[in-house]
Amino acid sequence: MSVKKEKTTQASPARRQFMLETVRMACGVGVVGLGLGLYARQSRAHPPLAIRPPGAIAEAEFLGACIRCGLCARDCPYDILSLAKPGEPVAVGTPYFVARQLPCEMCEDIPCVKACPTGALDHKLTDINKAKMGLAVLVDHETCLNFLGLRCDICYRDCPVIDKALTLEQRINTRTGKHAEFIPTVHSEDCTGCGKCEKSCPLEVAAIKVFPIELAKGELGKHYRLGWVEKEKSGASLVPPDPEHHYNLPEGMHYDQGKVLPDEAPATPESAPPQHRAPKALKKDEL
Amino acid sequence: MTLTRREFIKQQATAAAATVAGITLPHTAAMAQATGTKDDVRWDKGVCRYCGTGCGVLVGVKGGRIVATQGDPDAPVNRGLNCVKGYFLAKIQYGNDRLTKPLLRMKNGKFDKNGEFQPVSWNQAFDIMEEKCKAVLKAKGPSAVGMFGSGQWTIWEGYAGNKLFKAGLRSNNVDPNARHCMASAVFGFIRTFGADEPMGSYDDIEHADAFVLWGCNMAEMHPILWSRINNRRLSAPQVRIHVLSTFTHRSCEVADAELIFTPQTDLAILNYICNYIIQNGAVNQDFVAKHVTYQKGVTDIGYGLRPNHPLEQGAGNNGYPGPDGKPKGNPAASSPITFEEFKQFVAPYTLDYTAKLSGVPKEKLEALAKLYADPKTKVTSFWTMGFNQHSRGTWVNNMIYNVHLLVGKISEPGNGPFSLTGQPSACGTAREVGTFAHRLPADMLIANPQHREAAEKIWNIPAGTINPEIGLHAIAQDRALKDGKLNFYWTSTTNNIQAGPNLNQERYPGFRNPANFIVVSDVYPTLSAMAADLILPCAMWMEKEGAFGNAERRTQFWRQQVKAPGDAKSDLWQYLEFSKRFKTDEVWPAELLAKNPQYKGKTLYEVLFANGEVNKFDKAEAARTNAHAWAGYTNDETEAFGFYVQKGLFEEYRNFGKGHGKDLGEFDLYHKVRGLRWPVVNGKETLWRYREGYDPYIKAGEGIRFYGKPDGKATLFALPYQPAAESPDSEYDLWLCTGRVLEHWHTGSMTRRVPELYRAFPDAVVWMHPKDAEKRGLKHGDPVKASTRRGEIQLRVNTRGRNQVPQGLVFIPFFDESRLVNKLTLDATCPISKETDFKKCAVKIVKA
Amino acid sequence: MNRRPTIGADAKAAKGWFGAHRWLILRRVSQLGILALFLIGPWFGVWIVKGNLASSLTLGVLPLTDPYVLLQSLFARHIPERAALIGAAIVLGFYILVGGRAYCAWVCPINPITDAAAWLRRRLGIHGGARLPRATRYWVLAMTFVVAAVTDSIAWELVNPVSMMHRALIFGIGASWAIILGLFLFDLFIAQRGWCGHICPVGAFYSLLGRWSPLRISAVRREACNDCADCYAVCPEPLIIKPALKAVDGAGPVITSANCTNCGRCIDICSKDVFEFGARGRNAETPPARSTAPST
Repeated sequence: MSVKKEKTTQASPARRQFMLETVRMACGVGVVGLGLGLYARQSRAHPPLAIRPPGAIAEAEFLGACIRCGLCARDCPYDILSLAKPGEPVAVGTPYFVARQLPCEMCEDIPCVKACPTGALDHKLTDINKAKMGLAVLVDHETCLNFLGLRCDICYRDCPVIDKALTLEQRINTRTGKHAEFIPTVHSEDCTGCGKCEKSCPLEVAAIKVFPIELAKGELGKHYRLGWVEKEKSGASLVPPDPEHHYNLPEGMHYDQGKVLPDEAPATPESAPPQHRAPKALKKDEL
Repeated sequence: MTLTRREFIKQQATAAAATVAGITLPHTAAMAQATGTKDDVRWDKGVCRYCGTGCGVLVGVKGGRIVATQGDPDAPVNRGLNCVKGYFLAKIQYGNDRLTKPLLRMKNGKFDKNGEFQPVSWNQAFDIMEEKCKAVLKAKGPSAVGMFGSGQWTIWEGYAGNKLFKAGLRSNNVDPNARHCMASAVFGFIRTFGADEPMGSYDDIEHADAFVLWGCNMAEMHPILWSRINNRRLSAPQVRIHVLSTFTHRSCEVADAELIFTPQTDLAILNYICNYIIQNGAVNQDFVAKHVTYQKGVTDIGYGLRPNHPLEQGAGNNGYPGPDGKPKGNPAASSPITFEEFKQFVAPYTLDYTAKLSGVPKEKLEALAKLYADPKTKVTSFWTMGFNQHSRGTWVNNMIYNVHLLVGKISEPGNGPFSLTGQPSACGTAREVGTFAHRLPADMLIANPQHREAAEKIWNIPAGTINPEIGLHAIAQDRALKDGKLNFYWTSTTNNIQAGPNLNQERYPGFRNPANFIVVSDVYPTLSAMAADLILPCAMWMEKEGAFGNAERRTQFWRQQVKAPGDAKSDLWQYLEFSKRFKTDEVWPAELLAKNPQYKGKTLYEVLFANGEVNKFDKAEAARTNAHAWAGYTNDETEAFGFYVQKGLFEEYRNFGKGHGKDLGEFDLYHKVRGLRWPVVNGKETLWRYREGYDPYIKAGEGIRFYGKPDGKATLFALPYQPAAESPDSEYDLWLCTGRVLEHWHTGSMTRRVPELYRAFPDAVVWMHPKDAEKRGLKHGDPVKASTRRGEIQLRVNTRGRNQVPQGLVFIPFFDESRLVNKLTLDATCPISKETDFKKCAVKIVKA
Repeated sequence: MNRRPTIGADAKAAKGWFGAHRWLILRRVSQLGILALFLIGPWFGVWIVKGNLASSLTLGVLPLTDPYVLLQSLFARHIPERAALIGAAIVLGFYILVGGRAYCAWVCPINPITDAAAWLRRRLGIHGGARLPRATRYWVLAMTFVVAAVTDSIAWELVNPVSMMHRALIFGIGASWAIILGLFLFDLFIAQRGWCGHICPVGAFYSLLGRWSPLRISAVRREACNDCADCYAVCPEPLIIKPALKAVDGAGPVITSANCTNCGRCIDICSKDVFEFGARGRNAETPPARSTAPST
């Protein structure tokens, strides 16, 4: 060992020193870099309550695009955006809002997006109704007043995209027997994730919450398609309908839509069932 | 839960009594449980404090404080449900700025109109009130003192206030804020049927095939009833909902047809429907032949504006003094006509004409008319402020009855016109107790000498005590205050500085007029309180024993659950205490007392309240009456006056309606049940009035009799379409409609103190069509200035969300005391009902 | 311990207090002034400059972007909008002109902190501590780019005390104070001029721009040097003075090192007025004079 050392020292003490320094430095900084890298990975986990401003690109890319300048926050006329501070569970310096405190007011001219110098907020977003800041989810069916049959629907009435992003689907309150329940139902296609619903939910802890889309949205397997959606899309049955069926029936009866009916008494238009809207979610291409 | 033998026997006795009375008392003992719950909360029955729906609630008290409420699962109206305002009932009494001491404007220790509010004792407060009231009475007589109450008065408070002023001080200047709310419905009912209030009940909902909402957003304003309507729609495939409005609101969301019409053209639409019914042979000939007469109302009735307004100077039948000093006609006058004449009268209201005028597509109008015309479809029409707050409010009420009467769809399950109310006791107190300036209890009128006589008898006061002059209605009070003609003014359970129209030009100057002394009894420092000279702190809701009457004639009682904070006292206590300050000699004419010397030297308290009738039930009676609920019950007024004040007042009040179609049950009964719908005859409720089998007043074989009218027949009124008092022009180019939102109740004095509700809807906005906004260079969320000929306010514009207004119209809610839309509104009224039209005036919106 | 009790006493005696602090005051005015420009918006609603040092917009037209952070973003494979590119180009051009590390002395909000630590260190006579090679910063700089590329994110910004401090001042402080305090204590007790002089990759980045900057400090009157060594004591990068002052290997009087922050503190502290601002070209004009001063 001493020989070896002697040898190298003899070979080039300065060079050896330089090599040593370099390795030491590389290791030292490398360890710091590794730590930083891991921390950066961790910061990518999108905290569920921090909602990005409108137009924010996918979170993983967002962290490489946002230079933490705060120009979006400055141009927000309602002052809802904060830049994450150290100690908060959001990547330091990046803009976000907490819907329960101050939701996005959905300005028509989207000043925050215009202000972004890097495109971390995508400048292609020009219609605020197309924003996808997050997705509202009615998390708790056990405390939502409307689920309980009460008439709150504040979330629904405060929704800026009312009747599209958030609808009330009615069902009968079997307990009282004479009241309808109005079930708030979110439709992801139109929900902008502005968070108004979460903010205004009058419960102590909101029953409806806005989450980053990647947390809130399920995905149907590619191997399955919804028959009724496909049929609607194509405008006709994908496989031609059957020729007329004939049935063995008693005299004077006919068979219609699963019911055996007497031949007379055609349904008058007056008593035809009203066109109750099909639950909206089921009309969509995707769920 | 263990019952002592005594309790068991008592319960059995109660149940037996109830069975005799025809009432089912499922679990009387469950109504108030002092024990039996783990968390030691005492639960007792009550009524929601807000609207006229009358949802039953259970109130949970622990440690002298309401700790929770729940929808009463056994309440027939709501079966355990509430709207979101009701969900927060437990919080409304506990805003951190409750008034707890009388506050008087003072400078240097003395009252000063321009002084600052300083706490005073009740004695000092009554001293200054007494001094001011007596000075005014002496100088100007009873016409210069007045009271303004509301449909939030409990029944006995309204009754006591009414009695104090009309019998004691001989002033008929008592009016409720219900004047701004459903006076048109009152006048409509009385004019057509001779008796107030709907003939049907909420049970109509479960029987109807179609609902028509006229100027009524039940989805937001009557949320629980709306869920009943929707349950009906879900349960029966034939059910249809048609909504008529001047803008698209939440009730339109589920509507099968939404008819957005140009403001004021509802008059034409109603005449069109009548025309359609007649032209298509859908008149129920048998019904109209037996039960209907026809009248043609006078037109040219003005708009209830001040007499010097050009619209009034030209009006020939507004009833105002003409150049000769005599009244110019009578706006309520009418003359008999025949069916043929009626037919001709409505004939011009063709489909083409009406569609053009109203802007509603023809097919929608026709579908609506068919609904009423089809004899197989049971139709219930609901309305609230769209009809009532209307410069032709009485007409439009009469005209909806025209439609129902022509087809005979009335007074039977599922068929009927139904006016909803916005206040918890608009029916129970304002209407039934008759706290209007022209009324006495039970539909009786000041102007009718027999009615005055009957009232004097019941009240046991000398004949001729009640002043034959009808008093000042709400708007007339505003004007008289401003003009210095009404100088002592006491308001209660209302916030009219925020609600009354044309604030800056009429009501506020009246409050601040140096000639006037304004007393406001209130629970919170509302704008009205802050504009007063003396503020009296009040007990509210469960801090007093109370009774409300809801829109379906259901009278509901509750016991006092908790104490009021600080020195706050109930209105009832205030009226009785104040009455002690007056001697008959000071307020009644000498000749009256000379004829009735037994009243000489007595205080009004003795004459009106400690009169042998009202004080008939001793202190212990409170405990006896309520023994089924909890042992040793008493309330603050009983303790203060030494007799069961509420029972005495109610039992006396009951005499007014007994035998006149307004029968109420016994006091004790109401404390045991979740409300009863009057007339309550032999302990039985009435679900549908005027129809044999349902109404005890209809004898066998009569079928239907509208017994409010001497001939038993309802009246169809021929009334035309007429334009609004103020319409948009080139300068003020938009219609302004005002109203409410679900989260807040009326002026928000209670709901805005609930943090969650405040957060849900903090500030009023102006809803505007996106194109109208664009034209003015406005974006959603921009601050704007809304101005009319009367004032301006600043708020933000909203082009989306729950209300979608058509082009040319904007909507502003009135709950926000920082954005007073009543600075903008016009003080035009229906000349008959004197109810303000808050739905129509001309406004200009510019960027702020 | 020192030859004299106070550094700068001579300068104060010769030029008066103001003369001995002129550039320091100007620098603080510059640092505070820039901060104030960012703050009057949020404080008084007068929006002259919006954003922060990472990127800003002045008077609604002039975009300025930190080229270092933008470069990291590029490493993270994000192509920015034009505004950021223009902003970065302007900033690059400016610092190439005035000396990259002028950013450190005249703009960086951390500078007063580390200056304070250095000052206190001198006052308390704290010596020694960890020794870090000055080249560490270049390694750190390289590391930030590597991590950006590997993680696809501007990872350094998660911990960068420079931007954190600036954001803390204008957008709210959060737990930033702990990091700033740590930095101060690090400089005070652990390593002299540890952060700015050894580790900070922002300074390292800007030093790269200073290679060609024409604006330099020059020891024009180096023959007057009395070897008091006050300039070494106050200089954040003391190694860079000697070649110019002592004409090591025939160097000219201009301090050419890219790590000179152009702070001017040496000008202030010199009682003999040896230093002054000048142009890089002066080395060519002034032939290296053989100093009479002894070269230690």
